[in-house]
Amino acid sequence: MNVVVTGLGTTSPLGGDVASTWEGALAARSGVRTLENDWAEKYGVPVTFAGQLAVRPEEVLSRPETKRMDPSAQMAIVAAREAWADAGLSEDAVDPERLGSIVSSGIGGVWTLLTAWDTVKERGASRVLPLTVPMLMPNSPTAYVSLEFKARAGAHAPVSACASGAEAIGMGFEMIQSGRADVVICGGTEAAIHPLPISAFASMQALSKRNDDPQGASRPYDVSRDGFVLGEGAGVVVLESESHAKARGARIYASVLGLGMTADAHHIAAPEPNGAGQTRAMELALERAGLTAADVAHVNAHATSTPVGDMIEARGIRALLGSHADQVLLSATKSMTGHLLGGAGALESVFTIKALETRTAPPTINVTEPDPELQVDLVRDTPRALPQGQIAAINNSFGFGGHNVALVFGA
Amino acid sequence: MALSKDEVLAGLAEIVNEETDIDVAEVTAEKSFTDDLDIDSLSMMTIVTLAEEKFDVRIPDEKVKDLVTVGDAVDYIANA
Repeated sequence: MNVVVTGLGTTSPLGGDVASTWEGALAARSGVRTLENDWAEKYGVPVTFAGQLAVRPEEVLSRPETKRMDPSAQMAIVAAREAWADAGLSEDAVDPERLGSIVSSGIGGVWTLLTAWDTVKERGASRVLPLTVPMLMPNSPTAYVSLEFKARAGAHAPVSACASGAEAIGMGFEMIQSGRADVVICGGTEAAIHPLPISAFASMQALSKRNDDPQGASRPYDVSRDGFVLGEGAGVVVLESESHAKARGARIYASVLGLGMTADAHHIAAPEPNGAGQTRAMELALERAGLTAADVAHVNAHATSTPVGDMIEARGIRALLGSHADQVLLSATKSMTGHLLGGAGALESVFTIKALETRTAPPTINVTEPDPELQVDLVRDTPRALPQGQIAAINNSFGFGGHNVALVFGA
Repeated sequence: MALSKDEVLAGLAEIVNEETDIDVAEVTAEKSFTDDLDIDSLSMMTIVTLAEEKFDVRIPDEKVKDLVTVGDAVDYIANA
């Protein structure tokens, strides 16, 4: 069964919706800024910048909504509403029992959890609010999406750290292919710009420490890359069986052609040094799509700007595509958005689909001196045109724990 | 108790408004939390928790079921 993309939504460090986010990406803008708080002075938090949302959820949601939902769920709802409207869906357009929700978060309601713990310590257990559990649970975003759109075919939230959002889209693809649903609202969200996750990621030496140059800090493939930049936000796509989409005359952005999911079983945080699991995910995705390397025109890389990770993936892409990699336009959009963790694979799927739709590969900023080992055509500084005709694009996402997800879209 | 019933009602209406977006003018003494204001049990517990803090009173869990109307809650808090 063919699965197509009929709706897109996001709220990101570049903009409060898809149009402004995509415009920001094509303009090679950075959504990374210095944090306006006293975490560094008060707690010694070593990183003082992040990819913060361009539009806070409280600017678009009602006050009760912001009180009942953790920021991670708020962002998911903002993106899901946009994707639902973009798909032209309404309650009459889809049977609730054939509608699914798969919206993941890598970390869950970390603000709610830690704020509630502060409340216990400072004001006592009796002051903990009754909605704390439904706000902190990592399935809260998908549950709220299910509630809002009456998605009764199933609501899921696969958790695989930074691959969560991509895994959610992969599961949505399979949910439709297996016949469980006609339409699935899927994606990922993350709201972890809190002193504890920043301190923890910094402690494992995963974050860039360029406090004096926030906008230049996320620099995938550059020789001076020194870690990822934490971002926040959500991406949501509406997937639909092609027959359902055509029957209601929906606009079709692209098809989901393939999915490859593997696990490294190597180390709890470090990627397998030869990238075997990552490459195998890409291979499986192409195989499932019935495509070969020659069909691939664009890759939206996971590329988080870490010294080790970026080149493991790049070598895998080269190994997979061979000399055809010279003609594949590689984009690392985390250079502009930072790393949305559980939201990353979803936002980058939105970018990949927009790239296919507009035949434009978004730029990778901050690459002043590319890693000499890089053997793929990296789109730097300004967008570049993708070929006309039927083409395919790969979106990679990898997560701590050895999770590898490759999605193939075609249009 | 330093606060008058009117003051408690006004403060309670603010909490209800914050949690539910129900207009403060709608939150009047004779209204039932569940039947008239459509407040579910978790929202009710949230309102109780916030009211305890705001008015510095203790409302035992077993007492909450007796607070059927806004007036019941105002009386309980004002007399606490």
